[in-house]
Amino acid sequence: MVDPAGDNIATVRHLTRVFTSRRGMFGPKRTMRAVNDVSLDVPRGKVTGVVGESGCGKSTLARLVLRLIEASAGKVLFEGVDLGTLPAADLRKLRRRMQMVFQDPYSSIDPRYTIRRALLEPYQVQGVTIDAAAARLRIDELIAMVGLSPRMADSYPHQLSGGQRQRVGIARALALNPSLLVLDEPTASLDVSIQAQIIGLLEALKNDLGLTYLFISHDLSLIRYFCDRTVVMYLGRIVEVLPTSRTEPRHHYSRALMDSNFEPDPNRRKVVNRLAGEIASPFDLPPGCAFAARCPAATELCRRERPVLAQHGLGHQIACHHPIG
Amino acid sequence: MTTLASTEFASSTLGKVLLSPRGGLSALCLAIVIICAVFAPLVSPYQYDIQNLPLANREPSWAHWMGTDEFGRDLLSRIIHGARTSLTVAVVAIGISVAIGMSLGAAAGYFGGLFDRLVTAAVDLSWSFPEILIALILIAIVGPGLGSTMIAIGIAYLAQFTRLTRAQVMALKNETYIEATKNLGAGHFHIIFRHLLPNALPPVIVAGMLATGNAIILEATLGFFGLGAQPPTPSWGGMMSSGTAQIFIAPWIIIFPGLAIAITVIAINLFGDAIIEALDIRNRLRDA
Repeated sequence: MVDPAGDNIATVRHLTRVFTSRRGMFGPKRTMRAVNDVSLDVPRGKVTGVVGESGCGKSTLARLVLRLIEASAGKVLFEGVDLGTLPAADLRKLRRRMQMVFQDPYSSIDPRYTIRRALLEPYQVQGVTIDAAAARLRIDELIAMVGLSPRMADSYPHQLSGGQRQRVGIARALALNPSLLVLDEPTASLDVSIQAQIIGLLEALKNDLGLTYLFISHDLSLIRYFCDRTVVMYLGRIVEVLPTSRTEPRHHYSRALMDSNFEPDPNRRKVVNRLAGEIASPFDLPPGCAFAARCPAATELCRRERPVLAQHGLGHQIACHHPIG
Repeated sequence: MTTLASTEFASSTLGKVLLSPRGGLSALCLAIVIICAVFAPLVSPYQYDIQNLPLANREPSWAHWMGTDEFGRDLLSRIIHGARTSLTVAVVAIGISVAIGMSLGAAAGYFGGLFDRLVTAAVDLSWSFPEILIALILIAIVGPGLGSTMIAIGIAYLAQFTRLTRAQVMALKNETYIEATKNLGAGHFHIIFRHLLPNALPPVIVAGMLATGNAIILEATLGFFGLGAQPPTPSWGGMMSSGTAQIFIAPWIIIFPGLAIAITVIAINLFGDAIIEALDIRNRLRDA
């Protein structure tokens, strides 16, 4: 299938992932849709952000897009190739084109590997023949690219700080010259000052190397700063797609997320509308809108009928019966 | 003077083991036993199998430090050669155990599913019998001898290494670096052999070390029953067994091999403990 616009590096269609669990040994089987019928385009050369609270399925979505876990339904096209039907050997070859930066820099490098060895591993794994001198040169280049000092090459991960380790994680992801980088909350476990450095590095790398990012985060202000397009998820579904970083959110949940951001300037602070009500259990979702129990504008219609994602203006998609404005 | 090199040695794992009192003492004992085993023909004062019936059952003297046995053979020489038998059997047996146990445990822990359940069931089943019973049953099937003793002891200790490796691998496979490596396009082989097994190795090595001590006892027990090394090959258990007949007229025949077993096993256990302490892996061993 050729995607109509032709400029999407990855296309996700009706992607669903169901997890099942049992309550006790003989209890009834319970199913949970971590990602539920998600369709998404990742335009080439842009930063697509996915935002939502903990447990909304964004990390699962990231792993599904890379087929690190198998989808229950739906498909992912990466550069026109359906990952779901790709044989394992071909998928492993294709992995050099799509890489991931992980949330926890403390456990994303084998503690027994030096940085140099960790950076060499992508080439070994992919069977790239590279002689010792060229490998050394390339690793020095990668280390410089992410702003680390060359003398760190022979350090072990436990000798580096969180920010330095995250830079190693980025260098490792870049080693094979990927075109798509999935960033799974790459700054969530770092200090705020380090976060800014990492975001700055990611921006520079994107411009220098022409990368495409799928950026997963729970921090809407970071997403709005960094991303060209923003996808808001709630309990496994997309509730709103914001086509530009300046588009005002119109879904009540996105609005609440926006409002929850801390405003450093006291004169610009506004009264925060705290969400009342309980977050619905992902195991048995209500028939209507999943957000209805917490939504200030919910009506009988919302509790009865689930709103579908519909176009409201150019590229702006909202799944709400009563959008703001 | 404390030089940088000596400080570095003191903070390394080996340094921590050797510089602790029990680690150093047990290492010394083990070194003596190992040297005896390796250079047995050179360090033993007599040949172990030369009989001298007029000198039978002589008590310890300057000529025969540990006395002679019922055939007039020098006991010290036989104990030195017996160290060879005991250590070889124990090390080879535990080697078999570790190799097979790690492979089974890693495969079961990594792949899970039906294979894991079968392995776990088999391991739990064999875990519920004492090692000596398993070893006796196996020797009853294969027949006595040095080779079958090694195999029997190796299989008797299989369960604990399978369990330990499986538990390690199951914990490690959820680490982010495993997922990160998978995302680089690595296959199962690479992930198991380059990441999971090297990280699972330290506790397995220590458990193997401690099991070697138990294997020496098991070998001696089998030798005592006449199921291990066959005469005239000296084994500590076999020597004690033949000493039971002379226990009232020549007690040293049974005492000295017994002491050799005790000292070796205590040294191995203390050394293992010192390593556990130095590597700080007591928790990981207990979990499994």
